[in-house]
Amino acid sequence: MLELLKTLCMLDGVSGFEDQVRQFIREQARPYADSIREDAMGNLIVYKRGAKATGNKLLLAAHMDEVGLLITEVTDEGYLRFRFVGGVDRRVAIGKPVLIGPEHIPGVIGMKAVHLVKAGERGSVPKTEELYIDIGAASAQEAGEKAPPGSYAVFAGECVEFGQGFLKAKAIDDRVGCAVLLSLLKEPLPLDCTFAFTVQEEVGTRGAFGTAFSVTPEIALVLEGTTAADCAGVPAHKKVCAPGRGPVIPFMDGGTIYDRELYALLTGLCRDNGIPWQTKEYISGGTDARTFQRSKAGVRAAGISAAVRYLHSPSSVAAVGDLEEMLRLTRLFLSAVAEETQEVRHGAV
Amino acid sequence: MELFETLSRLTAAHGVSGREEEVRALLAQLAQPYCDEVRTDVMGNLICRRAGEGPRVMLSAHMDTAGLVVSHIQEEGYLRFSSVGGLTARQLRGQSVRFANGITGVVDAATEKGEKEPALSDLYLDIGADSRSEAEKLVSLGDTAAFHVPARQQGERVLSSGLDDRAGCLVLLLVMEALKSAPNDLYFVFTAQSRVGLRGVQTAAYAVDPAWAVVVSATAADDTPQADHRGSCALGRGAGVKVMDGSVICHPRAVELLDRLAEKHEIPVQHEVYKAGRSDAGAVYTTRVGVITGGVSFPVRHLGAPVEIADLNDLRRCVQLLQVFAESELSDL
Repeated sequence: MLELLKTLCMLDGVSGFEDQVRQFIREQARPYADSIREDAMGNLIVYKRGAKATGNKLLLAAHMDEVGLLITEVTDEGYLRFRFVGGVDRRVAIGKPVLIGPEHIPGVIGMKAVHLVKAGERGSVPKTEELYIDIGAASAQEAGEKAPPGSYAVFAGECVEFGQGFLKAKAIDDRVGCAVLLSLLKEPLPLDCTFAFTVQEEVGTRGAFGTAFSVTPEIALVLEGTTAADCAGVPAHKKVCAPGRGPVIPFMDGGTIYDRELYALLTGLCRDNGIPWQTKEYISGGTDARTFQRSKAGVRAAGISAAVRYLHSPSSVAAVGDLEEMLRLTRLFLSAVAEETQEVRHGAV
Repeated sequence: MELFETLSRLTAAHGVSGREEEVRALLAQLAQPYCDEVRTDVMGNLICRRAGEGPRVMLSAHMDTAGLVVSHIQEEGYLRFSSVGGLTARQLRGQSVRFANGITGVVDAATEKGEKEPALSDLYLDIGADSRSEAEKLVSLGDTAAFHVPARQQGERVLSSGLDDRAGCLVLLLVMEALKSAPNDLYFVFTAQSRVGLRGVQTAAYAVDPAWAVVVSATAADDTPQADHRGSCALGRGAGVKVMDGSVICHPRAVELLDRLAEKHEIPVQHEVYKAGRSDAGAVYTTRVGVITGGVSFPVRHLGAPVEIADLNDLRRCVQLLQVFAESELSDL
């Protein structure tokens, strides 16, 4: 699964431009799926029958999109102005290499030279409007041809395994969820499952609306990457969670109060099966769960996340061991749900 | 149902957003005698139906209150928390809060003297525990706590924690009790998770699929010395007919009908025009293909403070207005 995750992280999938990820997942899923469809928003919805016919009861979801950049303007000098797509701390972007569009035109996020920075500006971070991407173009015309406004850009950089079982990559949020779901999809399942690979999560859980509406599940389990702040100098109550300490099972975040019984079920499964786990010890952020939960007459929402340091940056960091534990826990969750569910005669999406 | 006594019970029940079990159970018990069907949905909404032949009409009030949720337990036994439903550091600091199991604590700030206004993440809750293990015997991560000042009646005024929106829940119960025969298929919905972003009402309204809806909510009284005139209601001047708030511009037919009914039955009302605040009405309005949505409000002073003040006569006017509304012939657009 680690190799799968690395492959997924290297694909482009800025919100609204998830084509590469979708195509890869579609190809991977095809031999194992009973049906695959893509909806108008671009969500990929994969249905696979399991030992028990439970129809649309269970939805498993991960989002395909990642934070990135969108070119907005070509300057007279041939530089590119841009906006961030999704929540990016601009401090982490300055000076970083990016790749523009499916052609992967290389560029660097630049800013004015240090000798031009006034004394009063030194203490503050330049605004996004003051930054630009330099693709080494000789003219505005060349830049406009290579990277017209509306082009996306992803952070550049390799996946690197380092230290005691850590992985550095871009887009671990939420390719980690995609990797867990794809791995699960390749196994025999205890019940019918709908796997949703959603789009545009990072810009406001937009893809999830259509997904939930068309699938109408009873339970939605969201596999995610979540912010870890176990960094130098952070007091314990602000660390949120830490990579290497097992899956994060949230009871609440900024968008969702998770179903209490499902929270108890997940934490109980960890205790009974020796899976290390942690909860989110700081309430912030949000996932597709917030949208699934409030869809139609309501959906029971649960979440399993990987703790990820430097979440929306070019170099996010997760623990490889957590990945395996997430898969184990998800597997156990499926069995538990299957056990308590009656079979239905017409199980289809 | 005795008005003040029932209100006291409702405001004393625990029910921070997402953890409405206690207040929901109380409401179910109180509503049961007047309803044909009582059920709880996935989000925790309590949906009570009084079946009728006419169009589906939904009357709702939210049962959750703001509070805090424990997110971290320190080695020393202090609790760190997140605010649920919009309470600010200023509102919480120095106050006493109570958990559903009765455990009580006091909020203080872990900042040095003379430092600027503390942030929410600087606050901690002291429940008198000396260690993490001792604290964990009393509370768990995810447990919620809220202000808990008991209701007190002074003349026609009531002072209590949680009048927003337990007084609205009381109004619905009193409407149920007062109703004779109604030509409409009535749904009384006590919504969950309103304070965290009008979440509960979305699924309830989808399931009920009403033609008309009226949301009963508290509105900030604009008659205090610090009033900034963002609102239009004053305590004791009658039921508020909602025209707009931060989440909704009510359907003109709903406003017009409530006004007309008030005039006909000589019920004192005041128009509620509030430039802030959000109510479930905003979320109900946009359900499915849209719902003709109005609001009936009661003014409350010191909204969000440990003690809020409302007027009992205002609540009685709300009941009267909603009763005649529920008993009137309503048609689709």
